[in-house]
Amino acid sequence: MTALVTLRNITKSYTRGKQKVEVLHGVDLDIESGEFLALMGPSGSGKTTMLNLIAGLDRPSSGEVSVNGERIDRLSRGALADWRARHIGFVFQFYNLLPVLTAESNVEVPLLLTNLSRSQRRQRVKTALELVGLSDRARHKPGELSGGQQQRVAIARAIVADPTLLVCDEPTGDLDRQSAEEIMNLVQALNRRHGKTIVMVTHDPKAASFASRELHLDKGRLAENVARDAA
Amino acid sequence: MKYFRLVWAGLWRKKVRTILTMLSIVFAFLLFGLLQGINQGFNQQLQRLDVDRMYVTPRNGQADPLPISYYEQIKAIPGVKAVAPWTYFGGYFQDARNPIPAFATEARALFEVYKELEIKPEYLDAMEKTRTGALVRDTLAAKYGWKIGDRVPIGTSIWTQKSGGSTWYLDIVGTFGASAYGGGFPSFYLNQSYFSEAAAFGNHQTSLYVLRVEDPRQAASVASAIDTKFENSNAETRTESESAMMQRQLKQVADINFIANTIAGAVIFTLLFLTANTMMQSVRERTSELAVLKTLGFSDGKVLVMVLVEALMLCLFAAAIGLFLAGAVFTAPQLRAVLGALGMPTIVLVMGGAIAVGLALVSGLPPAWRAKRLNIVEALAVR
Repeated sequence: MTALVTLRNITKSYTRGKQKVEVLHGVDLDIESGEFLALMGPSGSGKTTMLNLIAGLDRPSSGEVSVNGERIDRLSRGALADWRARHIGFVFQFYNLLPVLTAESNVEVPLLLTNLSRSQRRQRVKTALELVGLSDRARHKPGELSGGQQQRVAIARAIVADPTLLVCDEPTGDLDRQSAEEIMNLVQALNRRHGKTIVMVTHDPKAASFASRELHLDKGRLAENVARDAA
Repeated sequence: MKYFRLVWAGLWRKKVRTILTMLSIVFAFLLFGLLQGINQGFNQQLQRLDVDRMYVTPRNGQADPLPISYYEQIKAIPGVKAVAPWTYFGGYFQDARNPIPAFATEARALFEVYKELEIKPEYLDAMEKTRTGALVRDTLAAKYGWKIGDRVPIGTSIWTQKSGGSTWYLDIVGTFGASAYGGGFPSFYLNQSYFSEAAAFGNHQTSLYVLRVEDPRQAASVASAIDTKFENSNAETRTESESAMMQRQLKQVADINFIANTIAGAVIFTLLFLTANTMMQSVRERTSELAVLKTLGFSDGKVLVMVLVEALMLCLFAAAIGLFLAGAVFTAPQLRAVLGALGMPTIVLVMGGAIAVGLALVSGLPPAWRAKRLNIVEALAVR
């Protein structure tokens, strides 16, 4: 396998008031194509910061971030936005759907940035909603859906543009146990059946157990690496 | 166009607030449309007034009449094509509550001055032949059911007759279409010679003279010649174009232009803060949604434009309704009866559209800029 994501000697610090806080200290990481990686660690360990760097939402203070051979830490804000649209699918803890749009319109949002025609966009949306098992809820607004259903819509939105990398930030953090398991089965299926490379941040060991590899972060350093059989 | 649904949905995220803001804009532009419509309408009417029509009025104000003897003297001044006395009669029909805008004049000369009046030549002949004749605006005749040949009693609280009565019996010899003031003024004319002969007093006077010059380029020299002729007399004159006189008279009532601009300006200025506040609140509430859009790949510029377009949609949609309503008000018969055929001038629509765009850009720019500068990581962290 070849590394799809490469982080080299990454540091990231923030300024809070007069204090400079270093969140990541010289992290090196390779994520293989087709891998399902779970990033775990206590609050403040730097896992969301690392996810933001991988997803091109933030830039490192030093070091290199490459995705698919492209140095994304060197891209301008505009180019990074364009890169995210083409390469990254996001799943958030609180779903972050647009409340005024229906499920299908929410799923369509990333496709508005492509050159697809309206009928092509509709077809893609239909396929994505079928994949997450929500075709019958296409015309419902987020407020009319359960938490688990909203997260399915969010997953459909994340995959509809067929991104290179799927990034999930605590995808089960706001769900009950049963819904969480359904969502994790769906995410795992996207990895195993559809070959999606997934990076997931989670506190939940149960959710992490669905991943093919677990990485533990502690105080901004990679602490433990647990690999599982992908089968 | 593909972003339309996204922008439209954002606009209606808080329906009540959007509707209330929209209503404020609708009423502001309704007010703007009405004030500017009246203002511009008057201005356009003034510009449309005949450039070769002039008025000779008393220099000391219209309360003082001019001698009727000026009539022949003005007629003799080179460059004057036609001149007619215009004596305010101010009668009523049957009851003082039915006022009639009646004037004593020399009909043939008057209709020569007011080319826009449409009258059959035989009615003018009849007026000359009938001492007690009257020419009536067709709408006025229709209102009271008068026909040619009718003898109508016109009462007056000013002009008693030498015979002692205050009711003048006048014979309708013709009707005419259109009006000296744009179509809405229902005039009634009687013969100046009959008035001078029958009135118990004031029969050697007239309120003003109206004249037409042979060439508009001579207007200034004719005006000067008339005023010079009567300079240092007991009744000095002020000769001016129809447009100048109307403007002066309107300004005596109020500076409509100033009032309209001041009120409209104050309303739009207040509206600016209201709309800016609404947009700012709307963007603040959607901080995480805008951050999500940016996360999905919407660039800073796209987000800025989307917020600006949202402000534009809000302002333009509401302004269009306001201006449409103002236009509809101008077609109301009650208003037409007062203001004549004033309509919503195109320039007011253009001005309204431009102000709506300006309002949207100025009120939408701060929140749009805020949305553009939004940091995704910070915005998503605040929940």
